[in-house]
Amino acid sequence: MSFLQKPKVSHPGLPRNELGLTVRDYEGGMSTLCAGCGHDSITAALIQAVFELSIPPHRMAKLSGIGCSSKTPAYFASASHGFNSVHGRMPSVATGANAANGELVYIGLSGDGDTLSIGLGQFCHAIRRNLNMLYLLENNGVYGLTKGQFSASADVGSKAKKGEVNQQPPIDPCLLALSIGCTFVARSFSGDKAHLVPLLKAGMRHRGFALVDVISPCVTFNDHEGSTKSYQFTRKNAQVVTYADYVPPATEIRSEQAAGTVQSVTLHDGSRVLLRKVGADYDATDRTGAFDYVSRHQAKGEIVTGLLFIDEGKPDMHQVQSLPDQPLNAVPYGKLNPGQKALDAIQARFR
Amino acid sequence: MSKQPRDNDFTIKIANVNGTGSASANTLLMKTFFRMGIPVAGKNYFPSNIQGLPTWYEIRASRDGYICRSGRVDVMVAMNAETYRKDLNDVAPGGYLIYDSTWPRAKQLAREDITIIGVPLARMCNEHFTRARERVLMKNIAYVGVLAALLELDMAVVRALLQESFAAKPQLLESNQAAFDLGYRYAKETFTCPLPFRAQPMDATGGHIMIDGNSTAALGALFAGATVVGWYPITPSTSVIDTFKRHAERLRRDPETGRTNVAIIQAEDELAAIGMVLGASWNGARAFTSTSGPGISLMSEFLGYGYFTEIPAVLVNVQRCGPSTGMPTRTQQADIMACAYASHGDTRHVLLFPANPEEAFYLTAQAFDLAERLQTPVIVLTDLDIGMNDWMCRDLKWDAGYQPDRGKIMSREQLEKIEKFHRYLDVDNDGIPWRSLPGVHAKGAYFTRGSGHNMYGAYTEDAKEYQAVVDRLRRKWETAKQHVPAPVVEYSERHRIGIISIGSCDGAVREARDRLVAAGVATNYLRVKALPFNQQVQDFLDAHDRIYVVEQNRDAQLRSLLLLETRVDPSKLVATLHYDGLPILAASIVDGINRDLAAGKAA
Repeated sequence: MSFLQKPKVSHPGLPRNELGLTVRDYEGGMSTLCAGCGHDSITAALIQAVFELSIPPHRMAKLSGIGCSSKTPAYFASASHGFNSVHGRMPSVATGANAANGELVYIGLSGDGDTLSIGLGQFCHAIRRNLNMLYLLENNGVYGLTKGQFSASADVGSKAKKGEVNQQPPIDPCLLALSIGCTFVARSFSGDKAHLVPLLKAGMRHRGFALVDVISPCVTFNDHEGSTKSYQFTRKNAQVVTYADYVPPATEIRSEQAAGTVQSVTLHDGSRVLLRKVGADYDATDRTGAFDYVSRHQAKGEIVTGLLFIDEGKPDMHQVQSLPDQPLNAVPYGKLNPGQKALDAIQARFR
Repeated sequence: MSKQPRDNDFTIKIANVNGTGSASANTLLMKTFFRMGIPVAGKNYFPSNIQGLPTWYEIRASRDGYICRSGRVDVMVAMNAETYRKDLNDVAPGGYLIYDSTWPRAKQLAREDITIIGVPLARMCNEHFTRARERVLMKNIAYVGVLAALLELDMAVVRALLQESFAAKPQLLESNQAAFDLGYRYAKETFTCPLPFRAQPMDATGGHIMIDGNSTAALGALFAGATVVGWYPITPSTSVIDTFKRHAERLRRDPETGRTNVAIIQAEDELAAIGMVLGASWNGARAFTSTSGPGISLMSEFLGYGYFTEIPAVLVNVQRCGPSTGMPTRTQQADIMACAYASHGDTRHVLLFPANPEEAFYLTAQAFDLAERLQTPVIVLTDLDIGMNDWMCRDLKWDAGYQPDRGKIMSREQLEKIEKFHRYLDVDNDGIPWRSLPGVHAKGAYFTRGSGHNMYGAYTEDAKEYQAVVDRLRRKWETAKQHVPAPVVEYSERHRIGIISIGSCDGAVREARDRLVAAGVATNYLRVKALPFNQQVQDFLDAHDRIYVVEQNRDAQLRSLLLLETRVDPSKLVATLHYDGLPILAASIVDGINRDLAAGKAA
């Protein structure tokens, strides 16, 4: 961790977003993670993404579980409400919060232990509900705070710092999410901010559950020779299948962007995701194709990154539940109280 | 054999096989007494099973208005061959056993001190009805007909009830009426009617309803303005949410948009259910969940989180028999300690203890006000007896002037004016800080964390800062004593013996006190309605030499709680317990107290 807190003053030349805010207005408390931690790079990408989307800080809610990754809400957007919940249970809190007010932007921050072990059930069921949120999984294959145990995303054969070799097959969050109906599945690398920022933006604008799995090397416990979640290994084996560009609503798509193998997906608010595809045959709207592609490359030891799958047409939890447009936390009591007459009518059946 | 007429003072028990459709017949019978103006209680002893296992329904008619289990059976309707022997033994001397004599059982049903009445129910129904399912179902209505003749039930009342039940299905009305007549006519023609147990019209049920506590708890939540429910099905609490859902879908529907002002989310487990409630409450909605014992165990981690981070939450715990899975369809009050201190660390929770469905309505509604006023989870502890049995209650009233007490929530305007908002600062010196809701104002932003935090809401591992927060939480507990409902006290200076009880024991305690008075033992009575205990509880403890603590668990959990939470001499508190899974009897209390008094005299 760095011991110098940046002073809270902004350079007058800093770019401002539509709200007139600078990137500094989206910063948070000083990180207490290890120097060089991949998670801090993700935080920087996240700050960039919410700044560029011009989200009013107080209209975002940051939620997390327990672990190094789950400390992230403290490191960005001080002007947003944060909820650091219990281990593996962030999705249920996000579900309840979202049910109470669907108008906020929900950003869930979790890690591979929090998501794939203790919180696997809640993760799956939030996906099944197509809960409208960005779910950012900071994936390093290791338990950091308890000093280096394998997590459920550790690959078979991956070596721990002390030499132990993992024997258990990993749970791949992207494959899992694809198999249970997730409507937005992406993977990126904490060392590639340019790749990550548009994915985060698109994930926040997607209506439904947006999983962004970010390989985020743990410099202290999982960045050594033999680890399959190290900077070196990830740089060498990451295969970018799509580059995403997020295009706000009513913005012209310039011709050079549209050239080549570009797939355009329109999001519910009229914004678009442009996918520049490396392999011309990749179709990010084909669930089984995506599953097959990721699995085949995984078998070769390759980590496929990019927006792997998107389906903008599925109803989210609010639509499935047919919830009113007015947030439930703002419905006045007068509209909630059935009144004595209704109570009398009910009681008539109990005589 | 005594044949003194016992008008409106007897218990009927119907032994049946689960899944054979006896519920509507039993309700018809119970409601007939009720509409005849006779105080009545219906208790269902059912198995954790869908079809095939034995099930019993018990109806106590009581002209004195006693609503607890009587502990005796005067008229047994034995419809389940598997339990004939047990059912035969359960009949009190002088009582009657009615059975299906399509298959005569003279040898099995030999008992000289009771009267055996054989009615060929199956044969009559087989002859009259053609469809297989109807033949099974209609036997139940036929025994109601038999009982109507034997007990002199008001036929106009029965007919009206049948008509109401099947108003929408005239065909069903016809078969039910026919089945009823089959039984009624057979009994009239074959036996001397009525038996010495007669139902005679009274005027003691006006202004009352017959209702179960799960229905009323659901209504309490609905009227209090709950908009988010996270839940996981578990016996015996499931019908709380089923009922809430049924009413909410109708009464919360916006006529213009067709949308409902409620989100009912079936969770993947109880951990998620309470997580949803905390998330929604944190975000400013009134949210609740309902569960039973095992669910409390699973929710404990989040309950501690809610306590420490000060998020309102309402939980209805319909207690069942523990430990572990225990007996899911039997009743107990054995979660008192588990709820009071649910979760690790110095955690304590506000609890409410309704005694019957009527109180379940009002206390569940009040739980929302308390949870928001005190910013903490509030657990309403009912039990299977309250939750799933039919109780005679006074009509439910909803105060037209009610407005939810949202507690200390900073408005947008307040936040605009304030220099800096601190989530856990005790600005009013009552232990309750102010909270802000997400999305309202940037100045309201704070970080909710279950980890150590200081009074400003920031992370801390500092000894003094941590302790300041947990000490303030303890002050909030003291404040809670002024807000929670006071105990119910019946007190006279002349009496030195006290009874303290809780929840569904109330009916049995009242009957027991009458019996004790008749035997020359006068008692005072206090029923706790909430934790924390307030000064009235302490005063009652101080004012008596010997206090019987009546409750339905093995380990005297209420007594333990009194020892922990008040200044009382342990030797004064005598545990008076009932915990076999069936609802408590007045007799078990009378016997317990008499035993102790006799021992005291002997010593």
